[in-house]
Amino acid sequence: MTVRGQIPILRIGSTLLASIQVELKDTTAQALQADMLSVLEKEGARGLVLDITGLDTVDTFVARVLTDTGRMARLMGTHTVLVGMRPEVAATLARMGFSMQGVHTALNVEEGLALLARLVGARPMPT
Amino acid sequence: MTVRVLSHQEMNIDNEDDVVLVRRAVRTLAEARGFDSFAVSALTTAATELSRNVWVHARKGKAFIEEVTDGDRTGIQVEFVDQGPGIPDIEWSMAGGHSTAKSLGLGLSGSKRLVDAFHIESEPGKGTRVRITKWKRF
Ligand SMILES: Nc1ncnc2c1ncn2[C@@H]1O[C@H](COP(=O)(O)OP(=O)(O)OP(=O)(O)O)[C@@H](O)[C@H]1O
Ligand SMILES: [Mg+2]
Repeated sequence: MTVRGQIPILRIGSTLLASIQVELKDTTAQALQADMLSVLEKEGARGLVLDITGLDTVDTFVARVLTDTGRMARLMGTHTVLVGMRPEVAATLARMGFSMQGVHTALNVEEGLALLARLVGARPMPT
Repeated sequence: MTVRVLSHQEMNIDNEDDVVLVRRAVRTLAEARGFDSFAVSALTTAATELSRNVWVHARKGKAFIEEVTDGDRTGIQVEFVDQGPGIPDIEWSMAGGHSTAKSLGLGLSGSKRLVDAFHIESEPGKGTRVRITKWKRF
């Protein structure tokens, strides 16, 4: 497991799992994006799971950083799945007119890994 | 409709951490008063967008967080006040998708959709004042 900044990044086979547990301010969110991309560049991954179960508020700035990360990762050959978005967070973003373009979404980590397995044939667990 | 103020707190916004502190204060109050999770998220997110606007566009200002009642209902009102550059064309800025900061421009228009009352006044060169209110549903 790598810890860059405040975000632990766990490798599961060819997939990286980042669980965002800290309260994000703008610069932390941007640092997180830079960290994710540099890990992808150095280590490579077929899939990236961004777990936001720990985030009780996601404003449009953070939402954009997350979707941008997904889009950039895609350019680097990685599929991104955003998981763990709370229902009230989804409702709030939808109400504001924000659309989660550029990333896949799934209910939880398990379903996110299953989705990635279908997308890229990545094995969910190391053998 | 006369609105009576039940409690009042005042917070400065003059750095990025203050945006987080205002957000936390609003969330804590809304949760303590028993707002449902959707209302808490809506109000907290709107407060985040508006305090970020103070920080990004005006560099400093204040947030006034108040518990209010109109006799029948209780609610939370948050007012953001700054002496920044002001907004020359409020209609344009409120339309959604318009930003002078090359951003999404969903902060003002999106916040308005998240609350029950939204009031904005601004004068170029003088500053901006935005007030939002969310009533508690029974
Ligand atoms: N407090 C303020 N002082 C001066 N101008 C403001 C203020 N708040 C908003 N504005 C103006 O209104 C525009 C729209 O604000 P809005 O929050 O919707 O978008 P934004 O801040 O540019 O981007 P974002 O989507 O990241 O919030 C801003 O680009 C800015 O020009
Ligand atoms: Mg804004």
